Amino acid sequence: MTVCNHEDNNPFQPEAARIVRQHDLIKDHRFFQVRFVDMKRAMSFTYNPGQFVMLSIPGVGEAPFSISSTPSRPGILEMGIRRTGKLTEALFTKRDNDIIYMRGPYGNGFNLDQMRNKDIIIVAGGLGVIPLRSILYYVLDNRDQFGRLFFLYGARTPEEMLFRTEFFELKERHDIECLYTVDKATSEWSEDVGVVTKLFAKLPEIDPHQTNAVICGPPVMYKYVIQELLKLELPKNQIQMTLERRMKCGVGKCGHCALDHIYTCIDGPVFTYWDTLHFRELI
Amino acid sequence: MQPKFFQEFIESLKRFGTIYGPVRRNGVLKYDRVESVDEIELDGERPMIPVKKLFHPMKFNMFQFDKDGFTPDYSSIEKKVIVGVPPCEIHSLLRLDEVFMEQPVDPYYAKQRENSAIIGYSCLPGDDCFCKSTGTDIVEEGFDLFFVNLGEFYLVWVGSSLGHDMVLEREDYFDENVTHEDIEDYIEWRQARDKMFKVSFDFKSMPDIMELSYGSPIWDYFAGKCLSCGQCSMVCPTCNCYTVTDVLDVSSEPEGRRERFWDSCMFVDYSLVAGGHNFRGARADRLKLWYTHKMKAFANEYGKPACIGCGRCVRTCPVDINVLTVAEALTKMEVPAQ
Repeated sequence: MTVCNHEDNNPFQPEAARIVRQHDLIKDHRFFQVRFVDMKRAMSFTYNPGQFVMLSIPGVGEAPFSISSTPSRPGILEMGIRRTGKLTEALFTKRDNDIIYMRGPYGNGFNLDQMRNKDIIIVAGGLGVIPLRSILYYVLDNRDQFGRLFFLYGARTPEEMLFRTEFFELKERHDIECLYTVDKATSEWSEDVGVVTKLFAKLPEIDPHQTNAVICGPPVMYKYVIQELLKLELPKNQIQMTLERRMKCGVGKCGHCALDHIYTCIDGPVFTYWDTLHFRELI
Repeated sequence: MQPKFFQEFIESLKRFGTIYGPVRRNGVLKYDRVESVDEIELDGERPMIPVKKLFHPMKFNMFQFDKDGFTPDYSSIEKKVIVGVPPCEIHSLLRLDEVFMEQPVDPYYAKQRENSAIIGYSCLPGDDCFCKSTGTDIVEEGFDLFFVNLGEFYLVWVGSSLGHDMVLEREDYFDENVTHEDIEDYIEWRQARDKMFKVSFDFKSMPDIMELSYGSPIWDYFAGKCLSCGQCSMVCPTCNCYTVTDVLDVSSEPEGRRERFWDSCMFVDYSLVAGGHNFRGARADRLKLWYTHKMKAFANEYGKPACIGCGRCVRTCPVDINVLTVAEALTKMEVPAQ
């Protein structure tokens, strides 16, 4: 006796999405603009900065990717993707107008309520700027809801700086303080040289209780950035970071992103520094 | 109910779905489709692979895909009547419910759950059973019918409306009048069963001990022995982890299926992420995660530890890493004698 019922909500159902536009950011890193084929779904799709989606290519597989666009600019979803495995390799063969499959959004996203009316420090290292670009533009699009905005971004070299043109354009704005650094400079580089923590010396005086920090970068970066934030006396629960795990389901069933008694996909991927002290395996 | 009616009664349940139960196949006792009711083995040995496999199959197709996208595949779902589930495994299903039935509901698990009847069956503890320590030696919910084998007769608990319908199928087999003597027989059986447990541990203290032993060298001792074979996960009735992979059909079209199959956090690539960073490359860290879920808490929402005391890890681990040895080592802060 087989029981069939197709009119249900299958949370694992990948939905068709069109690649609206894609172009290389830097070597092996590509920018994708994607929209659900179903127009109603595309227009009603919303998310929080810091959430992620699961992308599928039939026959290749499925993997989580962080969202790089802001919900304040609805309709199109943006992602920055590094070529690093089987699925991303296949994604890089896709061209404008090709169909991929998507489901989501998943995860908690940044705690915006806690951030409202506060000064915001965004600290990004390398690829970590991709999810932080979402909160960056969210704050800029809702400028009156937040205090001062500081954007600190470190890359290895000027050539490896993601969204370079875009981010240098931001420097022209007066409602954001952009501080960029590279480990190794070339002759035309006008900004700082050194690790991202060096930029903290350039921050004006801040009121730690009125400030929220968000961090994303390679695992090695967190420790040093957190040290700087603690020197500024930021409370541990006002330091948010977004973490990486390889989810298979995105909805707390498959177990792959489990640590201690939490699931990164539903309890995260955004955690506070206080959480990481509590759940020792987070970073 | 008189024992002589048992087989005939089970036979009558075919109307409610395909009968599954512990049967011997190639010498191995396993939960499988029952060809004839007299092959069901109820008293004694327990199947090594737990009943979870009927709800969370080792491997099944989640979707079929082709050029038009992904279509859910629910063909693995079947109306089942599962006979002979002991109390600990009924508890294990209730724990799995907390994972798979939590919003958003896993439709594959949920549909199979909705289409299954559970006919529980009492057991007597084996050498490795410690369900009394984990509070899962008796069960009050999670079954449609539950048979307690008291030798002379079965005491039958009716646990659901469906279970009641099943009784009505063969009403004359059941005697509604429970005499004082019957109750005494039952109490006596319970007390005798309680005394049969050979192993136990202080389960209630384990969450605190686990929390405080995070940095304990005991973990390194067990990590040195662990083979990362993952057998503990395969036999554990509450291990729910799985992985997903796409399989292409042999054809020139982009057609195939998305498969889901059991995975284990003991495997080295379990916490590997793109680019090669492994969050749990060390064996000790993987063991710690497994035992955290079994003895401290598995996931925020569910709160309680997942171990149901069935003793399968005790019987299965080739190097004697199991809930009992780990709990004892952490409690006494010394490694087991060789």
